Amino acid sequence: MACPCLIDRSWRLHRPASGRWLGGIHLVRAVCVIGASLVGVTSMVNAAASPHDGRVHVAYWEKWAGPEEAAARTVIDAFNRSQNRITVEYFIQSPIDRKTLVAVAGGDPPDIAGLWIHNIASFADAEALTPLDSFIEADGLTKEQWLDRYYPVYARAVQHSGHVYCGIATPEMIALHWNKTLFREAGMDPERPPKTLAELDEFARRLTKRDPQTGALLQVGFLPQEPGWWPWIFCRWFGGQVFDGRNITLATDPHNIAAMQWVASYSKTLGRDAVTSFASGFAGQMASPQSGFFSGKVAMIFQGVWYNNYIRQYKPGLDYGVAPSWPTVVPGIDDFAMAEADMLVIPRGARHPREAWEFIKYMNSHNQNAQTREELQGMELMCYLQQKNSALREWSPFFTNHHPHPHIDVFRKLSASPHAVSVPDVGIWTECEREILAAFADIRLLRATPEQALTAAQRRLDKSWTRHRESLERHGQLPPSGVATSP
Amino acid sequence: MTARERRQVFAGIGFTSLWIVGLGAFTAYPVLASLYYSFCDYSILKEPVWCGLENYQQLFTDDLFWLSLRNTLFYAGLSVPLGTFVSLGLALLLNSDVRGKPFFRVIFYLPSIVPVVASSMLWLWILNGQVGLLNWILAPILEAFGGTPPAWLVDPTWAKPALIIMSLWGTGNAMVIYLAGLQNVPKELYEAAEIDGATGLRRFWHVTLPMIAPVVYFNVIMALIGSLQVFTQAFIMSAAAGGGTGTGTDGFPARSTLFYTMHLFATAFYDLRMGYASAMAYVLFVLIAALTWFATRVSRERMSHVQ
Repeated sequence: MACPCLIDRSWRLHRPASGRWLGGIHLVRAVCVIGASLVGVTSMVNAAASPHDGRVHVAYWEKWAGPEEAAARTVIDAFNRSQNRITVEYFIQSPIDRKTLVAVAGGDPPDIAGLWIHNIASFADAEALTPLDSFIEADGLTKEQWLDRYYPVYARAVQHSGHVYCGIATPEMIALHWNKTLFREAGMDPERPPKTLAELDEFARRLTKRDPQTGALLQVGFLPQEPGWWPWIFCRWFGGQVFDGRNITLATDPHNIAAMQWVASYSKTLGRDAVTSFASGFAGQMASPQSGFFSGKVAMIFQGVWYNNYIRQYKPGLDYGVAPSWPTVVPGIDDFAMAEADMLVIPRGARHPREAWEFIKYMNSHNQNAQTREELQGMELMCYLQQKNSALREWSPFFTNHHPHPHIDVFRKLSASPHAVSVPDVGIWTECEREILAAFADIRLLRATPEQALTAAQRRLDKSWTRHRESLERHGQLPPSGVATSP
Repeated sequence: MTARERRQVFAGIGFTSLWIVGLGAFTAYPVLASLYYSFCDYSILKEPVWCGLENYQQLFTDDLFWLSLRNTLFYAGLSVPLGTFVSLGLALLLNSDVRGKPFFRVIFYLPSIVPVVASSMLWLWILNGQVGLLNWILAPILEAFGGTPPAWLVDPTWAKPALIIMSLWGTGNAMVIYLAGLQNVPKELYEAAEIDGATGLRRFWHVTLPMIAPVVYFNVIMALIGSLQVFTQAFIMSAAAGGGTGTGTDGFPARSTLFYTMHLFATAFYDLRMGYASAMAYVLFVLIAALTWFATRVSRERMSHVQ
């Protein structure tokens, strides 16, 4: 689209001045140039986003490139072919959370964004997300019916403050992986992972090797900081909570202290400096053959269902196992597990929320009767291609029997666990996570006792939580003295 | 103002209007808006709510504000003098009559045009505690004295020094500016000093340094501003060394590399506390302005001979 003033080809600045308006005309022209440029750019963007094919084009922003992107595009193609009204278009955006945030603030968000699980509570409290409750109801389902299709841990993960805010793009479970070759070399049964915490510690001890001359570590059985992504999970594993639904309980829950004492015990046993030096050799090398686990320096590690893809790429042929359960810590709970997930949300202000919901609904459904690869749909197709577990309780015959992940049964069992947990549902989770990471580092480096480190973190988090609630009250999202987040 | 002058003024405004609009929309407005937001409870997604000085009051009781400030001042306090010393030293060497001078100038300048992300990945390997190049060099030396090389990026004691060493990688820019300054020093001053019996060190101290004082001042101020805003390399190294933990903003390990701008960034874009982050930005602005003013005041007298 051209601005009318540009059609006037009279850029004749040397023309005799038509009085004092000459300068004003230049000014107007300059503004028109800017306006025309903006209109032109906007028109091009709109033209790209809305081809005249009679279908609604839904913009889907996702963080993944590579194999995950290829899988997502396959599923999107299947969705686009499955009906004749909506076309979903995949755009890679990184970092997805900040791009989405800015786009929402700018009033031009995508229709769908693939956020991280830890974004949901804070984005919901910031009113960046569209609750999905009304879409679920419009489809004739109650919220309970919708959520009941998921395993309990995932049903909890898609909610915040009693509302459903997201669907799941790809679910994941975390499990203990062990290197069978290193077990064999240590004279241990390669088919038997540790079943209790005491066994984990004992196995770790037996799998540790040192240089006879220098005493330097050559191999360790287990390191709490490898990979170090979820130190908070140790608190939950030990029966503790970081947030009880009303308050931060990082330092007040004795189970958390016990968990961090266990973390510190590894540094004390192996030697802090020895561990630091040893771990520095594979720091930041998770996605490479030099990672601690792939290079045979760490014998056991907690990793996700995705790890098999990394093993195929970086250490093909690695003889490894996935423990059917996390080692028991709390007596009576032998099915503890941890879930992760990539989430699908409809940002506030999205242009096509109804169509976006149709895609999210597709991605969170499946063909219960699929007998072949071609009959897989939605979540099962995505999880088949990405070799991950499904978040839905029901699995089709083909997905169950022909899943490419060699240990998928373990991950299915873990998904179904009533004691599986995921990221705590608290609106200041990013701060919580950083505090826990810092405390975890202080504890494992023996710079502070667990009590000292957790108390310092708790003090800061208490202030943040109070401030967060005050902010919600200021913006009318909470009644005075209310709470932001349900347990 | 005559009609002609008025026309010229309007024409001038017309020609510069694009720049004026750009400056207003993309610089002046955000700067002023962020000043306003620093007095608000503002998350970027909701309407700002005026809260007076609350953000500033909270700032000065925030442990992490002080920690990040300490980390940043430590970094600036060491990296600026060290960078100045190295870049000036290189410039002096490359200003002398050595064979292959253009080649060495290119070699020393090249690292400064390597993207920070790429050079950070390279330094991640150089600083690897087990198989890194730096420790490969240091290990035999330190072992002779019964010591061991540090684990650099995963050791809270050595993570900041590692980043300071890494900052030397980008001294090529300052080196080129020093070179230009050195080549502007009149030859007759050196000849006069030589006739007076001045040795090389005296010539440097009494001729070279005073004559390039404005260049030193410029480079030091730029380095100071840059080091107080250090972000990218620390963000990347922290995230990579921590294995992706905390999205790079936790100052891994144990907040030893939590610099001011990283804390600001995390507060704004992860915690969605844009008002508080705006207050942090203004404190940093005042700090940089004060240090620049101080440096200008200190150097004014010393540069009077070349002004």
